[in-house]
Amino acid sequence: MIEIALLFAFGCYSLGLLFNLWRITRGPDAADRILALDTMVINVIALLILYGIREGTSVYYEASMLVAMVGFVSTVAYCRFILRGDIIE
Amino acid sequence: MPGYAEILVSTFIVLGGLFGLVGSFGLIKLRDTMQRLHGPTKATTLGIGSVLIASMTYFYLIKGHVSFHELLITLFLFLTAPITANFIAKAYITRHIREQDLPATSSDYGWSVYDDPPGKETEEG
Repeated sequence: MIEIALLFAFGCYSLGLLFNLWRITRGPDAADRILALDTMVINVIALLILYGIREGTSVYYEASMLVAMVGFVSTVAYCRFILRGDIIE
Repeated sequence: MPGYAEILVSTFIVLGGLFGLVGSFGLIKLRDTMQRLHGPTKATTLGIGSVLIASMTYFYLIKGHVSFHELLITLFLFLTAPITANFIAKAYITRHIREQDLPATSSDYGWSVYDDPPGKETEEG
């Protein structure tokens, strides 16, 4: 039963990644692209955790934690570059 | 015959997948950038929260050991989602909305995108 639910969730998040990719390529504005990138990071974290459930190991938490931190820092850096023209003033 | 633990974990996983899909679908469905900001920041964060709850219950009820990593990730994501949303909105305002088009703030200071923060003059002077 968990296997079927996992397959469903994998499909949902993979479709979500495709939607995000579409928004990154089409997005009329830089803010849209940053937003799509941020959503992509969150979806990748969800996929990692679902894969951890499927494999039954807790190895993937460190990976998802790292992805979350790097994603947050990169989003803030990109926004800051647009806002101020510089990342570290 | 699935036990109640499997049903619980499966429900949370399916809920998380649905919320993640709704959030990412809002990203392509909604018309405006400011509208699009709502989908990922709220629905996707809720979805990943549900997935993390599913992971916690799975490892506690089926594998039999408690793990607190999920709580860390949940805390981190729920703390950073509003911050990134605020930053993206500010980036959009800087590029697209002029200062005179913004509504007046009800305080002595203007919008943070265009005005210096309060107390900056005293720090420098």
